[in-house]
Amino acid sequence: MIRHLIAATSAAACLALGAMAETYAVIGEKVWTGTDAGTIDDGIVIIRDGRIVTVGGPDTPVPEEATVVNAEWVTPGLISAFSRTGIVEVDAEDSTNDTSAALSPFSVSLNAADGFNPDDTAIDVTRIAGVTRIVVAPSPATNLFAGQGFVADTTGSQETALRERAFLYMSMGEGGAGLAGGSRPAAWAQLRAALDDARAYPGRYAGGGEGDVLTRRDAQALASAARGQQLILVSVRSATDLNALMDLAESDRALKFAVVGGDEAWRVADRLAALRIPVILDAFSNLPGSFDQLAATQENASRLVAAGVSIAIVNLGNDSHLARLMTQIAGNAVANGLDWDEAMKSLTVTPAKIFGLSGYGTLAVGARGDVVAWDGDPLENTSNTDAVFIDGVPQDLTSRQTELRDRYRTLDESQRPLAYVHP
Amino acid sequence: MKRNFWMAAALGAFALAACGGPKEVVKAFSAEEPFPSNPYPSTYAPYPNAPVLITNATILDGEGARIENGSLLIQGGKVTALGLEIAAPEGAVVIDAAGRWVTPGIIDNHSHLGAYPSPSVTAHQDGNEISAPVTAEVWVEHGIWPQDPGFSRARAGGITALQILPGSANLFGGRGVTLKNVPARTVQGMKFPDAPYTLKMACGENPKRVYGYGRGSYPGGAPYSRMGNMAGYREAWIRAADYRRKWDKYNIEGGDMPTRDLELDTLAGVLSGEILVHMHCYRADEMAQIMDMSREFGYKVTAFHHAVESYKIADKLADYGACSSMWADWWGFKMEAYDGIPENIPLVANAGACAIVHSDSDVGIQRLNQEAAKAWADGKRIGIDIPIEQAWEWLSLNPAKSLGIDDVTGSLKPGKNADVVIWSGDPFSIYTKADQVFIDGALMYDRAHPETNAVTDFELGQPGEGDVK
Repeated sequence: MIRHLIAATSAAACLALGAMAETYAVIGEKVWTGTDAGTIDDGIVIIRDGRIVTVGGPDTPVPEEATVVNAEWVTPGLISAFSRTGIVEVDAEDSTNDTSAALSPFSVSLNAADGFNPDDTAIDVTRIAGVTRIVVAPSPATNLFAGQGFVADTTGSQETALRERAFLYMSMGEGGAGLAGGSRPAAWAQLRAALDDARAYPGRYAGGGEGDVLTRRDAQALASAARGQQLILVSVRSATDLNALMDLAESDRALKFAVVGGDEAWRVADRLAALRIPVILDAFSNLPGSFDQLAATQENASRLVAAGVSIAIVNLGNDSHLARLMTQIAGNAVANGLDWDEAMKSLTVTPAKIFGLSGYGTLAVGARGDVVAWDGDPLENTSNTDAVFIDGVPQDLTSRQTELRDRYRTLDESQRPLAYVHP
Repeated sequence: MKRNFWMAAALGAFALAACGGPKEVVKAFSAEEPFPSNPYPSTYAPYPNAPVLITNATILDGEGARIENGSLLIQGGKVTALGLEIAAPEGAVVIDAAGRWVTPGIIDNHSHLGAYPSPSVTAHQDGNEISAPVTAEVWVEHGIWPQDPGFSRARAGGITALQILPGSANLFGGRGVTLKNVPARTVQGMKFPDAPYTLKMACGENPKRVYGYGRGSYPGGAPYSRMGNMAGYREAWIRAADYRRKWDKYNIEGGDMPTRDLELDTLAGVLSGEILVHMHCYRADEMAQIMDMSREFGYKVTAFHHAVESYKIADKLADYGACSSMWADWWGFKMEAYDGIPENIPLVANAGACAIVHSDSDVGIQRLNQEAAKAWADGKRIGIDIPIEQAWEWLSLNPAKSLGIDDVTGSLKPGKNADVVIWSGDPFSIYTKADQVFIDGALMYDRAHPETNAVTDFELGQPGEGDVK
């Protein structure tokens, strides 16, 4: 007997119990796979034991025991390729904000995962919007190097498995200049010296020796990135600063870079493509907000893709609480010339590729069960999710925001104060 | 002798002719007369344009009506007709807008464009006079840079008018100003003629963060707390009431002219109903305190801004009659924004209170239609079903009302300014863009001809000059 999934959140919560052995059939009028299978009309995705076991058309047999979810659109779970979600509760309240530490003696070795709080209210908000996985970076404070980033799912579970030290995050350009002492020469001096310290680790530090720039622990933390064994995310915007970074990349082919920001990346797109450097960008950027963003344009994304650059679209304007607006930003990029499929890839396939998240980002046989059911085109302003699966487990779609909404739905205090309303 | 006189006169006349005509005579100071009431007047005049007839469009008039396959006629800078079949007058440009939508221009009533312009360098920080918590004497228009590229970006997003406000560092930030979104060399060239002045106020965390625990520049350090904020406002209103009494007495009885005080001019202007209060305030309980304070001193809060918790007191806001200028979904960046929810705007509208979508952002201002769309859809999902033609009031008519300019703009009615946007499709869709933007009937933005669009001085000679933005 085929059971139908009721959209009620309590039902979803009940289903989450012991759900690992459950089978789900997610049926969409449009199923976007992110693979060569493209978009399947009236497609069916079967999830069992945490994995996708079938992706097919309307004739795909649905197992007897499957719980069925019907939707307008079905897609892989979205992946935010750059955020601060889960490491800060209220940005302006320092006690709740673990993104950076201005008084810490450490930089490269700071591990953002140590600040991850699965109870963070922003995680629920992000999950409900169909973002199943988040890449989280620290913020720099004392020098160019913010520290180690991680990848997490958005279940909000205390058992959330983190992929720690997934990348190093650092800042160059105008931001880096400020952090390194006040100029780009200072930033480059610091970067070159730091790479030297890292390559010379542990020898330079033996017997109490000191680095030129990095303390022992930070040099140790930079060592794998310096040897090309860890991805380095660099915040850099202008064509000039991008070219300088690419000069470094060409001089040391081992180093693995991805650009964050890249507002003027379209001006040097061919070189980025040749060097296979991906760009993680916010497609809203079109203002000369600083002198290193003068040529920013909303056509950045489409121009980069046309030149063969891999892109991931994220919300850099509010990366802690509104990572979920990546869909609006990607839709905007489509309105500015980006192909719709490429926009969807920038939210799923490409982030997975950049961070080596194998099994995520597509709907394919054997892939992990991160699946989202939508009530409309996922990039449209007016669409919302109907169901969210993470590793094959249907997720609770309530948050602090939905509880506040439900309490204040009617302002009737004639019998009791609203505080007695338990949503 | 006579000859010399004539020679001198002839030489004088020649000199005058070479200078090119009579110079402006600045009215001399007079000890008897009080100060001029409008010392920085608008010099804006609508730009010329042939009549325009838009046909076959889905038209939202901005007051709740929707016309399918409709026509709109623009003549002499005004909307002159709106309906199904309109004959094209002689010389009219006819635009067949089949498949496209037409709406009133969007009005953003919370912007810092020009005062916090791009690029955001240290010399351009002109939005907050952080030298004291009460600076009602400053006028933001005196720091607006018309060459801010943000104005052009906003125009491409369908913004035809906007309010520039001081920031929210101060209890009283200073006078705001309403502008037409036209390129101009001077601020006066953008000022919305005859628009009332506004006064920016702020409650909550910002003033006490800047001055109190932020150890701001004001001696004594007040305000440190919300109660300090309230005492600060009340103390200023007391001085304003006293100033008002002195000037009222002088205007009736004469005698010694009271000493003019720039700060109290503005505050007294609020008490006399001429200047409209726009107040940054997030928390429901604080908005309730502010409403009581307004009753204490006999003025009205025209609009609460950000108003993240308006959904909690939408009934009280509806009864009082204040607008709430809100975001679709910003939340969590301060404690007072912690309870922000995406259904705020539709919940407020549903309670019968005036709802406005604002940006407070040079990025957000470019797509307020999308922000409204998100809020509208979130309302629909919880059973608040507002037709799009009514929701458009959040973008045009309600902001116009909050700025005291709804008699001339904010909706498409015969006789009102032709502030019109032709959209490439449904303006609530992410894929829709503004195709043409008319201000007072003049085409000020045309997506089809980017070579004709405004490029600010700052962008000349820079990478990306003239590029599609």
